[in-house]
Amino acid sequence: MPSQLVAQVTRRLARRARWRPLEYVFWLAALASIFLFPGRHLILTEIAWLGLFALSLDLILGYAGIISLGHAAFFGLGSYAAALLAKHAIITEPVLALLASGACAAVLGFATSFLVLRGSDLTRLMVTLGVALIMREIANQIPEITGGADGLQGVIVAPILGMFDFDIFGHVNYAYCLSVLFVLFLLARRIVYSPFGLSLRAVKGNPLRAASIGISVNARLVAVYTLAAFYAGVAGALLAQTTAFASLDVFSLERSADLLLVLIIGGTGYLYGGLIGAVIFKLMQDWIANLTPQYWQFWIGLVLVLIVLIGRDRIGQWSGGLRALAEQVVRRIAPGAMSPLAGGSGKEVAGEGH
Amino acid sequence: MPIVLETKDLEKHFGGIAAVNRVSLQVEKGARHALIGPNGAGKTTVINLLTGVLRPSAGRILLEGEDITALEAYRRVRRGLARTFQINQLFLDLTPLEAVGLAISERMGTGGQWWRLVGTNPAVVEEIVEILERFHLTDAMHERTGNLPYGKQRLLEIALAIACRPRVLLLDEPAAGVPEDERHEILATVAALPADVTVLLIEHDMDSVFSFAGRISVLVNGTLFLDGPPEEVARDPRVKAVYLGESLDA
Repeated sequence: MPSQLVAQVTRRLARRARWRPLEYVFWLAALASIFLFPGRHLILTEIAWLGLFALSLDLILGYAGIISLGHAAFFGLGSYAAALLAKHAIITEPVLALLASGACAAVLGFATSFLVLRGSDLTRLMVTLGVALIMREIANQIPEITGGADGLQGVIVAPILGMFDFDIFGHVNYAYCLSVLFVLFLLARRIVYSPFGLSLRAVKGNPLRAASIGISVNARLVAVYTLAAFYAGVAGALLAQTTAFASLDVFSLERSADLLLVLIIGGTGYLYGGLIGAVIFKLMQDWIANLTPQYWQFWIGLVLVLIVLIGRDRIGQWSGGLRALAEQVVRRIAPGAMSPLAGGSGKEVAGEGH
Repeated sequence: MPIVLETKDLEKHFGGIAAVNRVSLQVEKGARHALIGPNGAGKTTVINLLTGVLRPSAGRILLEGEDITALEAYRRVRRGLARTFQINQLFLDLTPLEAVGLAISERMGTGGQWWRLVGTNPAVVEEIVEILERFHLTDAMHERTGNLPYGKQRLLEIALAIACRPRVLLLDEPAAGVPEDERHEILATVAALPADVTVLLIEHDMDSVFSFAGRISVLVNGTLFLDGPPEEVARDPRVKAVYLGESLDA
């Protein structure tokens, strides 16, 4: 009997990490978008790096409960690092430069993580906001390195892996950003379903109890904050590499605030929230801006208010229903190929996102 | 028997109030030791000091002879000092399975691994099953903890502490708030704890205390009032006046 139970427990624990049908659909759609919308690659590129940036925020907010209004600090540092590495030909190969830029941001993340260990959400909002403001002012004060308010110009990005050159239509850019997003998504997915990832959720849920079962709460928070800073830095580096430019607005408060918006639109704590949020945010921005260029802010504000009023829980329930329907359809089309619908998937979305 | 847990002139002040005042407590290895006292006597504060949730204003805490006064809470757990809470402190969004698994992997030192998936360590899984069975939680193991009935949550509260495999276990009113007909399950679980685990119990129900404890310390107004075997405590007229009188009023 016990061995049966052991097998059952192993199965149940593994279930959470199993790939769900809709995840395949999502990534196949992302892959297909390369070929289906060749004329939209510029905006798709923006969606890709914004999605990565939002994924980074999800790691700390959705999984560890750390709210931030200054995530642009890491994005901006990554952005300038990539631009400078390319401009001065320190690291010319973009992928390597990407990693180096992410590492720079990670160092900053590690150093500032100690500021967000304690305190309420309000303290964390203020501290993170402050760090981003400081970073912006530093960049502003050293124009001989950063170009100051004019931005860093004259950046020339070498071909990726020495083979693929960036083009003005954004074809290579998009494939590049999407690949980076996918690889880093896989890594994040691995991490959140690991014992480390589970312990983050425990820390978020009840730090007092987490410490009482031997979890070093601070060490876990420092680790995930550093990781998230790396992700944000890579996202910023992607922006710099695909536009061959970096300017002070990479550090702006608006960027951090928009990011929070993106993640809240998509929902926190299930990894896809940032990606879906980025798609919705950018497409909406593009669509509304075409209709009424002046009123973009009005509409996004309205959507935000509606989301908060209706409550993510209810939206989660709708999407849970849709998801169940979709998975049913998929299963009927391809019986046997599907894993059984996990009861948790819909609920997970509904339960998160505060 | 050697002393496994000891406090020396432990003090905790909140503002001008001494919640715990020069408490020198000794708990013997393998003991079934009860800490009793009227409401507000400082019992939970003592537990919070022992486990590192609070820092003492003065005094020292020794675990197996080593000074742990300045040690962080999670390090004390790793040294074999675990606790339960009077008011449930659980991971409401996790399942009992996950919560117990966390405590076990933390103890084994694999809790920080990020490169392997949860549930791929057979040693952890086997122990999860063993503990869930011992605490009659196998039926509820896949439920969200927040949805469990209160009695099951109380059991999980103890199961989590046991999963840390403590040498010293501090139980803060384990049956608090549990309906009468479910109390026996909790108390039987407490009584069935391995003999080599030292237990310090806070409990209000005097029947449970006297049937369980081999030694009783009475805390009144933050001061250690009396310390001795149950018979002696039961006989002491002052305890009757201070403690039992109070509990009769309540």
